[in-house]
Amino acid sequence: MKKTFKLIDLDCANCAAKMERAIKKIDGVNDASVSFMAQRLTIDADDARFDEILQEAVKLCRRVEPDCTIVL
Amino acid sequence: MTAKQKKTLIRIIAAAALFAAAFVIDRVFELAWYWRLAIFIVPYLAAGYDVLLEAAENIAHGQVFDENFLMAIASIGAIAIGEYPEAVAVMLFYQIGELFQSVAVGKTRRSISKLLDIRPEIARVQRNGEELEVDPSEVAVGETIIVRVGERVPLDGVIIEGNTSLNTSALTGESLPRDCGEGDNVISGSVNMGAVIYVRTTSLYENSTVARILELVESSAEKKSKAENFITQFARYYTPAVVISAVLLAILPPLLFSGEWAEWIRRALIFLVVSCPCALVISVPLSFFCGMGAASKRGILVKGSNYITALAKTGTAAFDKTGTLTEGSFTVSAVHSQSELAEAELLDIAAMAESYSNHPIAKSIVRAHGGHIDPARIGDIEELAGLGIRAFIDGAEVFAGNARLMEKAGVTAACSMGCLEHCAGTCVHIAKDGSYCGHIVITDTAKATAAQAMEGLTRLGVKKVMLTGDSDSVGREVAERFGIDEVHTELLPEDKVKIVEELLDKSQKSSLVFVGDGINDAPVLTRADVGIAMGALGSDAAVEAADVVLTDDDPAKVAEAITISRRTMRIVKQNIVFALAVKLAVLLLGALGIANMWLAVFADVGVSVIAILNALRAMRAQR
Repeated sequence: MKKTFKLIDLDCANCAAKMERAIKKIDGVNDASVSFMAQRLTIDADDARFDEILQEAVKLCRRVEPDCTIVL
Repeated sequence: MTAKQKKTLIRIIAAAALFAAAFVIDRVFELAWYWRLAIFIVPYLAAGYDVLLEAAENIAHGQVFDENFLMAIASIGAIAIGEYPEAVAVMLFYQIGELFQSVAVGKTRRSISKLLDIRPEIARVQRNGEELEVDPSEVAVGETIIVRVGERVPLDGVIIEGNTSLNTSALTGESLPRDCGEGDNVISGSVNMGAVIYVRTTSLYENSTVARILELVESSAEKKSKAENFITQFARYYTPAVVISAVLLAILPPLLFSGEWAEWIRRALIFLVVSCPCALVISVPLSFFCGMGAASKRGILVKGSNYITALAKTGTAAFDKTGTLTEGSFTVSAVHSQSELAEAELLDIAAMAESYSNHPIAKSIVRAHGGHIDPARIGDIEELAGLGIRAFIDGAEVFAGNARLMEKAGVTAACSMGCLEHCAGTCVHIAKDGSYCGHIVITDTAKATAAQAMEGLTRLGVKKVMLTGDSDSVGREVAERFGIDEVHTELLPEDKVKIVEELLDKSQKSSLVFVGDGINDAPVLTRADVGIAMGALGSDAAVEAADVVLTDDDPAKVAEAITISRRTMRIVKQNIVFALAVKLAVLLLGALGIANMWLAVFADVGVSVIAILNALRAMRAQR
């Protein structure tokens, strides 16, 4: 399943790249992309564990860039 | 500016004023170091308290090499060695750079989303004689909607009442309004300029043109180009590498060669200021974003920045003929009977054979026939892709199609009028019961901009190839008229894939672009380095398969897409080279002790600002 989320207050391009790398590493994620310009996060992950993965991604984002929030 | 940005700006101005005051006091009076520290620490904290806090917070999260941390260490280090003004400058200019970046990026985002501000807010639908305002997604297919003057058409449909002109510029980049009346199709997202129209909807909102365009543009950020990935990868190693060298630079020379500690720490701090990767990381995606924005302004929707890279190195452009270079609106120009059949009878047979086909040529024959087609006379019909039709009419086996089909049917196509040799159109040959009956000559008009499109490509040094299922004589004639370098004719759909595969540059140095109208060529669109579908917003398969979608059907947009891409790539390269060169130069000068903190601040913030300004150039559309 592939889903796109909006990001609010993603202020730094390098942080976007860091988030992308971190999310890609979550177990069960096939692909992930964070676009700094479009302020969007796209996650392609296993259906069964999607919610779990999403929670993990939210946590990671908070760690990399505390100001930035994922709109669920 | 947002509220947050305004607040930062006020803070920067206040800090700058305090800094200036401290600077003057410092110059006028000879102060002890603790007094100097006291007067400079005020602007320092005013400018950078949030950076310090965030750095501390991030360290707690295990994020070491982020720019807050780097700036905090660099400025605290400067304070430690007594360079108070430099410490304030690092923070102050860092904040200015960040603010500038945030404003520039926000502005770009807004101007591009404004460009794509085509989402219709409401649909006025007629239900039970009442006019209701509903969300476009709540309208079913076949309902009647009312579009007033100045409103956006919310859903695709057909006009059932009213004449008007529609402005499609937000969709196609075409500024000339389009006149349309009863029976004409209207596409969602266009703006009604003339008079009230009543439209019968033909699609749900989610399948409408406007939803499709938005979906396409919004998902375009997913596919990143090599340059973008390169730069984020680079930043990943660059920052730690520079920080580590800074540490070594501060420790090793004084330990090994008994250098002065303060001097080497000062040099190391320069490294820390320059190690910030943001100028690089921001300028590359920003350039691509602006380039894609410029393209969509012209009705060229690019599905990802990787296709900008590929388009920029286009070496060969292959075109489908029908519907791409020609209008694809066929008319029967002659009927040549080569048997005892009267011409009307020949047309009658052909029309029956073609009556179930959706092919534009088939439709033109049925249209030319005009009369009643009796389905009782038609038996089994089989459509042979790239060849024609095999049908049973009045019990007799009929073949209607191109010369290759005639070979298959075992008959020889001939013409007593000599039209096979120098014919300006396509021939549909008819064979009945194993004998040749004659043919119908069909002509297609060339698109007005086709010749101009080819000229544009020639100027860009792109080789032009035409692929067509049409006969050799027609293909060659068209190719010659437009100045096409290479032409492949009489192709079946699968032949097109094969030829495109042959045309692909194995060394990957240049890319192959295929341009088609999306009918039957989805596999070719996928196979080419860049598949461009034109006027294809109606066709799901084409939009899915293509990498670039032209919202109108103007072949000249291909050259324009390449030009915009090349320009964007030029800007991307300039930014990468410029930012890297300046940073490396300052690192070198810093290590040698020639550069000072001020130069380092320029290498960080100045480069950022210049790279962003350069990136914004990509947004300006051509001419």
